[in-house]
Amino acid sequence: MAAIEHHRHILDFTLSSLLRRKGKNAALLSVYTLIIFILASVLFFTHALKREAALVLKEAPEIIVQRTLTGRYQPIPTAWGDKIREINGVISVRPRLWGYQYDNVYQANYTLTVPAGNPPEPGSIDIGSGISRMRAAHPDDIIAFTGHDGLPRTFIIRNILDNESQLLTSDLIVLSEKDYRDFSGIPAEQATDLALRVRNPREYTTIAEKITQMYPETRPIVRTEIQRTYDAVFGWRSGLLIVIFSAAALAFVIFAWDKATGLSAEERREIGILKAVGWETSDILLMKFWEGTVVSLTSFLVGTILAYVHVFLTSAALFAPVLKGWSTLYPTFRLTPFIDFGQMATLFFLTVVPYTVTTIVPSWRAATIDPDAVMR
Amino acid sequence: MMLRRSTIYLGTTMGLILIMVGLFLHASGQVRASGSLFARKIVLVKQLELTDLCLFTEASYTRHLSMTDLSTPFQDSPMALEHFPTGALVEPPPHLVRNHGSH
Repeated sequence: MAAIEHHRHILDFTLSSLLRRKGKNAALLSVYTLIIFILASVLFFTHALKREAALVLKEAPEIIVQRTLTGRYQPIPTAWGDKIREINGVISVRPRLWGYQYDNVYQANYTLTVPAGNPPEPGSIDIGSGISRMRAAHPDDIIAFTGHDGLPRTFIIRNILDNESQLLTSDLIVLSEKDYRDFSGIPAEQATDLALRVRNPREYTTIAEKITQMYPETRPIVRTEIQRTYDAVFGWRSGLLIVIFSAAALAFVIFAWDKATGLSAEERREIGILKAVGWETSDILLMKFWEGTVVSLTSFLVGTILAYVHVFLTSAALFAPVLKGWSTLYPTFRLTPFIDFGQMATLFFLTVVPYTVTTIVPSWRAATIDPDAVMR
Repeated sequence: MMLRRSTIYLGTTMGLILIMVGLFLHASGQVRASGSLFARKIVLVKQLELTDLCLFTEASYTRHLSMTDLSTPFQDSPMALEHFPTGALVEPPPHLVRNHGSH
């Protein structure tokens, strides 16, 4: 009990000392909280997105075969699928039809796709809720899009795709094969790419190699590669994040530099007076430990709580303008709060511990000098 | 009677820790409750043979990130800088970088 009371007395004194320099310490606390808020927001957002991608894309096609020409993808002859189907381990090959449509009235890009199952009747389409919102279009409405020949095609809206799946379907227009070929002008014997079903996941690589041997201009993309794509999205090397992380690292370097290069004259005088009135060096270090802990732990807790609210309760409102870029059609989604506690622990140890240590070290130097010399 | 400063600080910190624990409990509840939502999304992925998340719609290579090639972001000329903001958020898919030069 005596030890706890001892700590509480020192904490009382530390808080009074911090409040004496309330302007400086409030600014420090705000900047520190802001840095942790930004870092924690990025960590929460990227981890939740990666987990969501891993979960939903586990049923993506097992192998996609694209045809490339001078480095760009080109429509693939559907006849190639017949030969690929003969490879051992391939269960089925389905020509996929999908592509983009730029709407110059709304300046939006749509993704057109022909589904594997339950396609709409010719003349009708399903649309993503992003398109529905932007064009104020509802089931049974008639909607027009300009085809490859510049002539408009009208469709009846059969369904609006599930609003909660916007992160997958916001910009989709789902239509029948007949309508897609008429709309895009892609010939009957060609497809955008081929989707393969494969019996054994361990055969993905072997089958992909056989396909490239058979047709050297093809590029097979296997499901594990599709899933890994979203592990790399928002990786630390991507442009914007490296700016955020560099700014945060720089801010911490400035904090640490400020603390490690010494104390202000006022702080040194305070330590001298405390020594002169009988404080032990260990008491002064304890006071500095509490000072570092009060600032860094409070910043960590407030910054992390605000980041959680920002990412999972306000749909990452501050990131939205960056995510939208120049697009006029974008998904509005709320991520499921998958949290990586390992990342949180790392953030804690990379922010709270270094700050506390850099607060104690210069104070230890000042506290071990003669009080008379410190106060001069 | 005035509360001691340490009491106010420790009480506030305890309150913040409790809020954080509450948020983490909220998170685990939300994850548990989202099972059926994910099941619906997985059905959609299978039915529509989707390969990518609809995160960005401004450029084809960020809309279908896993399907893109290396040339598209620089399609205007080999020296043109990629100019869509979302291009600065994403890295090229690992399989594209690994296979660079082989296709």
